[in-house]
Amino acid sequence: MLEFSRLKVIWLWAITLVAAAAAIPSITATLGLALPAGIYAPKVNLGLDLAGGSHILLEADPSQVRQQRIEGMDESVRNKLKQANPDIRISDISNRDGALTFLVEDPSKVDAVREAILPLTNGAGLTGARDWTINVVDGNRFVLTPTTEGIDLAVSQAMETAVEVVRKRIDALGTREPTIIRSGSNRIVVQVPGLQDPQALKNLLGQTAKLEFKLVDTTALQSDIQRGVAPPGSEIVPYAAGKDGGPVGSIAVKRLGGIRGDQLTNAQVTNNQQTNEPQVAITFNTEGGARFAKLTTQNVNKPFAIILDGKVLSAPNINEPILGGSAVISGNFTTQAASNLAISLRSGALPVDLKVVEERTVGPDLGADSIRKGMIAMGVGTLALVAFILAVYGRFGVYACIALVFNVLMILGVMALIGTTLTLPGIAGFVLTIGAAVDANVLINERIREERHRGRRVFQAVEMGYKEASRAIFDANITNVIAALSMAAFGTGPVRGFAIVLLIGIATSVFTAVTMTRMWVAQWLRKARPTEIAL
Amino acid sequence: MKLLKLVPDNTNIKFLRWRVPFYVISLLLMAASLGLVFTKGLNLGVDFIGGQMIRVTFTQSAEAPVGPLRGEIEALGYGEPIIQRYGKPNEISIRMKLPAGADHDSGLSDKMARTITADIKARHADARVDGVDSVSGKVSGELWHSAVLSLGLAALAVAAYIWLRFEWQFGVGALFSLVHDVTLTLGMFAVTQLEFDLTIVAALLTLIGYSLNDTIVVYDRIRENLKKYRKMPMPELLDLSVNETLHRTLATSLSMLITLSALLLLGPGVIFGFTAAITLGIFVGTYSSIYMAAPILIWLKVTSKSFVPTESALDKQERMAREGV
Repeated sequence: MLEFSRLKVIWLWAITLVAAAAAIPSITATLGLALPAGIYAPKVNLGLDLAGGSHILLEADPSQVRQQRIEGMDESVRNKLKQANPDIRISDISNRDGALTFLVEDPSKVDAVREAILPLTNGAGLTGARDWTINVVDGNRFVLTPTTEGIDLAVSQAMETAVEVVRKRIDALGTREPTIIRSGSNRIVVQVPGLQDPQALKNLLGQTAKLEFKLVDTTALQSDIQRGVAPPGSEIVPYAAGKDGGPVGSIAVKRLGGIRGDQLTNAQVTNNQQTNEPQVAITFNTEGGARFAKLTTQNVNKPFAIILDGKVLSAPNINEPILGGSAVISGNFTTQAASNLAISLRSGALPVDLKVVEERTVGPDLGADSIRKGMIAMGVGTLALVAFILAVYGRFGVYACIALVFNVLMILGVMALIGTTLTLPGIAGFVLTIGAAVDANVLINERIREERHRGRRVFQAVEMGYKEASRAIFDANITNVIAALSMAAFGTGPVRGFAIVLLIGIATSVFTAVTMTRMWVAQWLRKARPTEIAL
Repeated sequence: MKLLKLVPDNTNIKFLRWRVPFYVISLLLMAASLGLVFTKGLNLGVDFIGGQMIRVTFTQSAEAPVGPLRGEIEALGYGEPIIQRYGKPNEISIRMKLPAGADHDSGLSDKMARTITADIKARHADARVDGVDSVSGKVSGELWHSAVLSLGLAALAVAAYIWLRFEWQFGVGALFSLVHDVTLTLGMFAVTQLEFDLTIVAALLTLIGYSLNDTIVVYDRIRENLKKYRKMPMPELLDLSVNETLHRTLATSLSMLITLSALLLLGPGVIFGFTAAITLGIFVGTYSSIYMAAPILIWLKVTSKSFVPTESALDKQERMAREGV
C-alpha cells in the first residue's frame, strides 16, 4: 500500500497538476486578470443564475396542430372533389370535434370519393401506420380522423420549424449566444445569457405572425356582425387593439378566395410619408407576388382585410391592382410593434402558437452578488476548516489540507475541461464538497491512530489505516454518487449543475484525499523513518 | 505539538442504553413532522405550485414600500401576494400563486408576470427587477412529480446498495434512518414555513447521501466487530462500535458544520433555505446513525452468525490470514 514507484509518482503528479492548472484561467478571469493571448484557456461557464440571463420554456398545444391538420384536410378534400370529373357533390361538411365529416350526396359515388381522397393520406412513422383513418358510416357519411401517429409526426415537424423560426427571431434581436433546443415532444427551451429584460423577447416569440389577406364581405349586416352571426361562407374577425383608439369591433370576411402572406422575401419598418406613423413594407417572392397581383386585379374597388394572427390590422380599399410584388401594412403600430412584426414576418410564421410556460430570469446584479458572497463563504469556510484540521491532526492534517487545496483546484479544472456550467446551487455544492472531502482523511487518520493504540508500528499502522478506511470511504462515496445521479437525472438546470459539482467533487476528493495523501505520507515515512507519530 | 482531542481516548459511553427512549422520541418527532406537513403544510414555492416569484430591489430607497406594493398588486386581481425581504431592507421577493382552477391556461403565469412587473416598474421609478421565476400549473405539476420520484428512487437505490454490501437488516436500518432524517427536515420546513422549492429537493437528496456516510461508517465498524468479537452481546458490540468511531463522527460532522456555517452566515441569501436544510440534516444524520441505524440491528436480530454463511471470498481470505497469524 505504501509502495510508490517513480513512474507512479510521476503520473499521479501529472494528473493533479494538469487538472489543477486547468483551473487557472477561471480564477484569473474572476480576479479580473488577463492571461497572455493565444494559449489554451478553458473556463468554467457560469449558469444563468450567476451570470444573469433568461431561461424561457415555450410550449405548443398539440390540439392546435390537430385542428390545423383537420382544416387543411377540409380544404384538400374540397379541392380534390371539385376537380373530379364527373363532379362529386358533398354537403354537411364539419371540421369540428376532432374529425372531418361530410356527406356524399350520391351514395353510389362513395367508392369514387374514397379513391379520390386516399392519396391525400400518407404513411406516418416506421410502424406502417397512416396519418388518417377513413371511415364511412350510415352508407354515405365520411369520417376522417387524424391518427395519433399522424399527429405526433405533424407536431414533431411543426416543432422543428418552430425552433428554426425562434432562432431567426432571436438572432434578429442581436442577443449573444442564445441556446435554443427542443425539449420533449412539444416544448422549446430558450436560454439567453445576459438578457435582463426578456419582455421584448417574449413579445417576439409570442407572435405567431400568420399573415392573411381576405376579402371583406360587404353584404354582412352590421347588426349580424355584432350578434356574431356571419353570412354563409364568411367569418367574423375582430380588429386588433392598436396603440390608440383605431377601429374597434369586428368585420366579416370571406373564408375562401384570400391569400396567405407567407411567401415574402423581405419585411422592413418604414414611416408613412403623410402620417409619419410606423408601418411595415413587405416584398413578396415571385409566386406570392403573382397571387397578390391576381387578388388585387380581380377585386379592384373592393375592401380587403389584412389579418395577423386572427386579428384585423386594417381593411383598406383596393384602389388599383398592385402588380409590383410589394405592399405596405399599416395598423396603428407602435415602433416596437412594427419592428417586431417586421422581424416575425422575415423569419416566417410559427407553425403553431407558442406559450411561455416557464420563465426564470436573473438580473446581472443579483448574479454578481451571489458569486461574491459565494466566494467569501468558500474562502472563510476553507480557512476555518484548515485551522480545525491542522489543530486536530497535526502533520497528517497538513497533508489533508494540501490535498484539499488541490481538490478545489481540480474540481474547477475538471469543470473547465469538460465544459460544465457552475450554477448557484453548484457553489453550495462546492462548499459542501470541501467539508465532506476531509472526511476521507478523518477516517484514515482515525484509523491510523487506532492501529497505533493497538500497538502496531508506525509504518504498519499507516498501511492498515489506509487499507481499513478505504472500504468505508468507498461505500460512503457510492451512496453520494447514487444521490447525485438521481439529482442529475431528474433535476433541471441549477440543480443538475449542483449534482455535477458533487459528482466531480467525489471523484477528485477520493483521488486527492486518499491517493495523493498516501503518497505524501509514504514519502515522508521513507525519508524520516519516525518511530513515533503525533496523532 | 499538542493536538486537539475532541473526545478522550477509549471512551465507553453507553449510547445504546438509551435506545428505547430515543426511539420513542424520534418516532414521536417523525409523527409530529408528518402531522405538521399534512396539517400546516409546506410552504411550496412557485416551482411546485405554479405562479411567480419576482425579486425587486428599490435602488433609491432605504426600505422597500411593502405596504403600498401589497395593495397595488392585489388591485391587479390575481390574488394576494406574499412579500418577503431577502438580504437588505430594500430587496424583496414577491410571490404570487396561480389563481385556483387556472391549470388549463398555460399562458396565464406568463401574463401575470408581465402585468405585475410592468405595474411595479410604472409605479416605482427606482424598482429594479432582479429576477423573475414564472412557472405554469402544468410545468409545476411535472416538477413536483419528478422531485418526489427522484427522492423515492434515490432512497431505495442507496438502501439496495447497502443491502448488497452488508445484509438486509443493514439495508432496512439505513432506509429507516434516512427516512427519519428526511422526515424531520420536512418537519422543520413545515414549522419554519421556509420556502420549499426545487433546490430544497436537491438538499434532501444531498442529505440522503451524506447522512448515510455516517451510517455506513458505523455499520462498517459493526460488521468488522461482529467478525472479530463473535461472543460479544449485540448491545455491547454496538456501543463499542459507536465509541470507536466517535472521534471520527465528531471530526467529520464539525468539518461539515464549519463550512456550512460559513455558507449559512456569509453565503448568498437566495440559497439560505438550501443551506439550512443540509445543515439541519447533518445534525439529524449524525444522531440517527447512532440512535436509529444501530439499535434497529438488535431488533432485526443481527448476530455474528449473520456474516458466516455469506462470507465473501475476499473476507474469507482476510479471515484466514488473520487466524493464521
